[in-house]
Amino acid sequence: MESSVQNSKLVDHLFRNQAGKMIAALTRVFGIHNLQLAEDVVQEAFLKATQSWTYHQIPDNPSAWLMQVAKNRAVDILRRNQQARQYSKEISYKLQHEAENIIEQLFHDSEISDSQLRLIFACCHPQLKPEEQIAFTLKTVSGFGTKEIARAFLTNEEAIQKRIYRAKQHIKENDIQLEIPVGKDLVKRLETVHAVMYLLFNEGYNSSKSDELIRHDLCSEAIRLCKLLSEHKAGKDPATYALLSLMCFHAARFESRMDENNAIVLLAEQDRSLWDTELIRMGNYYLNLSSAGNTVTIYHVESAIAATHCNAITFIETDWNLILKLYELLMQMKPSPLIELNRCVVLAELGAVDQAVDRILSISNIEKLLKTEYLYNAVLGDLYLRMNKTEEGTDLLLQAYALTSSKAEKELITKKIQKANLSRS
Amino acid sequence: MKDFMFIFRNSTEAPQPSPEEMQANMQQWMGWIEKLKSQGKYVAGEPLLPEGKIVKGAKALITDGPFAESKELVGGFFIVKAETLEEATEMAKDCPDLPTNGSVEVREVMKID
Repeated sequence: MESSVQNSKLVDHLFRNQAGKMIAALTRVFGIHNLQLAEDVVQEAFLKATQSWTYHQIPDNPSAWLMQVAKNRAVDILRRNQQARQYSKEISYKLQHEAENIIEQLFHDSEISDSQLRLIFACCHPQLKPEEQIAFTLKTVSGFGTKEIARAFLTNEEAIQKRIYRAKQHIKENDIQLEIPVGKDLVKRLETVHAVMYLLFNEGYNSSKSDELIRHDLCSEAIRLCKLLSEHKAGKDPATYALLSLMCFHAARFESRMDENNAIVLLAEQDRSLWDTELIRMGNYYLNLSSAGNTVTIYHVESAIAATHCNAITFIETDWNLILKLYELLMQMKPSPLIELNRCVVLAELGAVDQAVDRILSISNIEKLLKTEYLYNAVLGDLYLRMNKTEEGTDLLLQAYALTSSKAEKELITKKIQKANLSRS
Repeated sequence: MKDFMFIFRNSTEAPQPSPEEMQANMQQWMGWIEKLKSQGKYVAGEPLLPEGKIVKGAKALITDGPFAESKELVGGFFIVKAETLEEATEMAKDCPDLPTNGSVEVREVMKID
């Protein structure tokens, strides 16, 4: 069929990915304070594409076609503004000519990746709040709609619009420029960019609340952005590689974490043949690149943990001793109750279940955590069951059940309780 | 077989779609045209630009589009083949813009023998 041939010319997310590129080039032309104008030009280009491609045919290079439309429109707008200024014909012509040359350059591929990086740095500006950075990045760099962002973060569209509005205002009021920082500034600013990408990925990977489709989208978008960063001379530092490898290792296990009924499959029971070997290969590749230099970031350590899991052929063959050491290192770098909890799980895997329970109970603020966070109850309950303290374990699991809003988590907890009480009776 | 015209109107009040939604919508339209073509029912179609003019009355008064006061904008048309108005109307139900408050006006092209 003619149209299926047509449709096959369109890659998934073409518009979304192209939106980010066009915005990047257009904000270089108009300035980021004119972001709205750039967004209007992009919208117009898509409208033109949908009409022309639907009724006639898709061009051989759809992304180049879109870029061309955006570029022509940028030149048009410039011309119109230029005419409104009162110069002699000679001066006007020269200014216009010069400006058109610059626009031409800005729409070159190599310059576009540079512009995308500038845009990422602006969207992840350290003066913005994390939730604003994420929403603004997804909207501007990644081409997500506010509805899609709201769905991913389980909030309403107005909340997302507000975050984006605040970010835009902040950029205008503080005259934040589209630039790639240099020297010490670059290192600091990259840290913020990494943090935003890490949050973005984790939101997709860990939130069991939003639907699978949008979660996949967030994870692959985080990987895409991180890859973009790693391919640019200003972004390719060991921390970027470590973060990218971490994302690859986690994403490799995506398919095996849920069964066909959307029930959670625990690491021990995951079908390792479902793990994406290509992503594991990429993870190893980037982890290797990340070892250049002397810096060890939390991404390095987390990635090393994920690598140890991914490279273990079976669950029993997992190198728990190495993982324990890595968690200890992580505890020194970024002490947190959650990391301590994870470390205790590893201790239990190594047979020290009693010690693991003692350590969890001595986490500071554990009483409060047990009242608010289901995970602590779930892990502790599980460990009690292993010690054959069925009653205590069941109590804790029931509390975990009450604290989580995730259907999949609730089902997993129910299964555990049933299993434990069945074997007792 | 008779010729029918589908006149597509879009709601101007619909929220701005995201790039992803625009691409999905476009691919649905392509799929629809493909289906009609494979059934030998598609004759022609063209999209319309949103800008335009209206010329009205004995004095040929000209006003500018886009027609800001109207809640709907004609976005394009098809000419299709069908046996009856009922069949054509049934075909129009596949229009991808219906969920976003779009509408299809189905009209038989008058043939003068």
